Amino acid sequence: MSAMLSVKNLAVAFQTRRGQVDAVRGISFEVSKGEILGIVGESGSGKSVTSYALMRILDAGGTIKAGEATYSGIDLRRAAERDMRDIRGREISMIFQNPRAALNPIRKVGHQIEDVLRHHARATRYDARAKAIAALEAVKINDAEARYNAYPFELSGGMCQRIVCAIALACDPRLLIADEPTTGLDITTQKAVMDLVRDLIREREMSSILITHDLGLAAQYCDRILVMKDGEIVEQGDPVQIFTDPQHPYSRKLVDATPRAGETVRSLLPPEDRGSEPTPIVGDKTLLEVRNLTKTYAGKSGPVHAVKGISFSIKQGQCVGLVGESGCGKSTTSEILVRLMDATSGEVIFDGEDIAQVPARGFAKDARRADIQMVFQDATDSLNPRHTARQTISEPLRRLGRMRSAQVKARIEELATLVGLPLSLLDRFPHQLSGGQKARVGIARAIALDPKFLILDEPTAALDVSIQAVVLNLLVDLRAKLGLSYLFVSHDLHVVRLLCDHVIVMKDGEIVEQGAAQDVMSNPKSDYTKTLLAAAPKPPLRRVTN
Amino acid sequence: MLASTPRLRATLLRIAQSIPVVIGVVVISFLLTRALPGDPAVYFAGVAADTASIEQTRVAMGLDKPLVQQFFIYVGDLLQGDLGQSLSSGRSVAEDLAKRLPASLELTLTALLLAIAIAVPLGVLAATRPGTWVDHLCRVVVTAGVSLPTFFTGILLIYIFYYLLGIAPSPLGRLDFIYLDPDHVTGCYLIDAALMGDWETWRGAAKQLILPASTLALFTLAPVARMTRAAMLTALSSDFIRTARASGLSNQTILYRYAFRNALLPVVTTLGMVFSFALGANVLVEKVFAWPGIGSYAVEALVVSDYAAVQGFVLAMALLFVALNLVIDLLYTAIDPRIGFSSK
Repeated sequence: MSAMLSVKNLAVAFQTRRGQVDAVRGISFEVSKGEILGIVGESGSGKSVTSYALMRILDAGGTIKAGEATYSGIDLRRAAERDMRDIRGREISMIFQNPRAALNPIRKVGHQIEDVLRHHARATRYDARAKAIAALEAVKINDAEARYNAYPFELSGGMCQRIVCAIALACDPRLLIADEPTTGLDITTQKAVMDLVRDLIREREMSSILITHDLGLAAQYCDRILVMKDGEIVEQGDPVQIFTDPQHPYSRKLVDATPRAGETVRSLLPPEDRGSEPTPIVGDKTLLEVRNLTKTYAGKSGPVHAVKGISFSIKQGQCVGLVGESGCGKSTTSEILVRLMDATSGEVIFDGEDIAQVPARGFAKDARRADIQMVFQDATDSLNPRHTARQTISEPLRRLGRMRSAQVKARIEELATLVGLPLSLLDRFPHQLSGGQKARVGIARAIALDPKFLILDEPTAALDVSIQAVVLNLLVDLRAKLGLSYLFVSHDLHVVRLLCDHVIVMKDGEIVEQGAAQDVMSNPKSDYTKTLLAAAPKPPLRRVTN
Repeated sequence: MLASTPRLRATLLRIAQSIPVVIGVVVISFLLTRALPGDPAVYFAGVAADTASIEQTRVAMGLDKPLVQQFFIYVGDLLQGDLGQSLSSGRSVAEDLAKRLPASLELTLTALLLAIAIAVPLGVLAATRPGTWVDHLCRVVVTAGVSLPTFFTGILLIYIFYYLLGIAPSPLGRLDFIYLDPDHVTGCYLIDAALMGDWETWRGAAKQLILPASTLALFTLAPVARMTRAAMLTALSSDFIRTARASGLSNQTILYRYAFRNALLPVVTTLGMVFSFALGANVLVEKVFAWPGIGSYAVEALVVSDYAAVQGFVLAMALLFVALNLVIDLLYTAIDPRIGFSSK
């Protein structure tokens, strides 16, 4: 089998103010005709830079320092820019993460496809429209004629990714590079998009490179996987082999940290860090009870029913998972519970009192403010960039706890130790901290006042899997140590199963199923839960060891 | 049709929203002119007037009536299109404005067109070639533009082009004495002369216009160039530019069809702001070039507490701003399809 793309000792460096940064350090691989190659790695591993280097669309300051990249006999490193423009889109094309941002926001999607068709002389002024519509139909867009005139903001994320695929595939390229194509999409959308991409690749006998941080996803869709770390390939092989018998310590760590069936939260960590999992004590007393909660917004075209009369309860010390896709009402529910938003109707009984009666505006002055805290989704955006970690953690202590300086200092250090944040990092600003450290600061801030109830809004969604593993374990430890109750909001069923005792599945503002986590996961009653479970990537199971 | 209906409604709503603004302006301009120090009766009665003749003037001007009554008389006149009589020029304010406002508009618009013609390409070039000489030139022009006061650049330009080189006509008003004013159609000499087909006069008017317009343009192009550069840099680093590059589109298409159109929105915003402060700021330019514009008219009226003239000026400016903001909002909807749908 001949190699369609062959990369030898490719090295890419970026010129920055602090000198040269080596993003890719001499990697070699091949992609054969008809093969789907997965490149897996965490942020900063150089996986995306590799693909940009192949397309020669590196950002300013980035250059290919050494090595060869040959596509069907063409030297991609030395080809003239004019020739590269012919190759891009016609021979090799790309699809990107965050599809809505990847499309020109003020140009009709049909015209964006036409731009590519016309540029590569695949269409004339007269048949461009028909060909663009055909390209839309090829990516299974219903009512393609009407969609031709749509702007990206009028389409859903999954639909936008289909349009990006249509642009990429319009000129029948031979190689498709997919750079995190489903990051940020819902799990069912992810499956639909990935299935579509795989089918199109197979149907057109194309080759593909799938770049992802999700080892499970790569295992499901790729013929072969490369694992990258710090600009180097640490391991390559077929997916089952990587999962069952990883050779390199880093791939082993990555495999361990990928949540999947039959694991415990501790087994996400490297074996030497595991230790015994604490058993949380779930009391009989109900801490929080939600009765017939509804929330209706005034929308453009009539009222929007975000939450339609849901009821559930959380016991003292319990961890309840709230699962659903975007738009299901889980964020609205958590915002009402944390009292940042007022409900339209319904009761939220916390510790025997209905806190839904206290308006959200005045809840900051309520004595129970300290009891209900939240850990936000994006560890970076939820920290004030001009505040050090110490200032961030001290905020609730000063404002709600009314502590004096000496007390605050002692408490901050106690909290930092509790969340495993080295004391030397306390005076750093968010941009000087890693993702995991920022997550720890966010958690320390949330538990600063000894709350009874924590709402965790996808606290690990923006983190790399190995850091997610550490943060999840920290949350498990804190819950047992401090007797906290959690509402864990997430779209990732595997993570929810690891952490939660009880699961609530929401769809369109209603609870479609709830019950003990094990029951819901292994024996789902509702069709929607079944769909969700089926859509999640199923990485090969770990070989039974020790 | 379907797309135009909500847009039309948004436009009408937008116009309706400006009505309270105009009412507010009428009230505030009336009150503020009354609050000004100085007594117009004293001024217009003359230097040799005694108390009795001052009082006589006051009654003649209607200033002895209570404030509320004065206000209703003013509003009543306004509704009939009567802006009152300017005491310093002796003509009706409406007449004065009709003569003066086009002069200012002609100057400001020419300056703005000149500024756009230089600033936008400069900003685009600076953004596509950061760190090169174009970028540095852009920075120098922007710094010079904001730091040199208009009266200074005006005098400098007069010194070089009129006094030293002698290629510019004497900086005295809109038209040299040897030409006759073109028939009044729009009040803008360039347009009126062109409409008459009198190209001789047109050239004369253009010659008078070029120096004050350049002065004002130098001042206004700075923010426009700066904003164009910044908006282009933002647009060029967006994800969709990467998609366009990865699909092999030519640099020209990427630059103009993808990046520039997206960068237009902040540029249009800046243009609106620049236009409004240029209209106010050209008092100095008008003074330096003896330009019979609305700015110098307002300052003269203000000095002598010529109430009707000041009120007329403020009202005219307010209406102009309302119209300008409306035009900018409409431009937004033309540029960006997201606007008009996202608002309620």
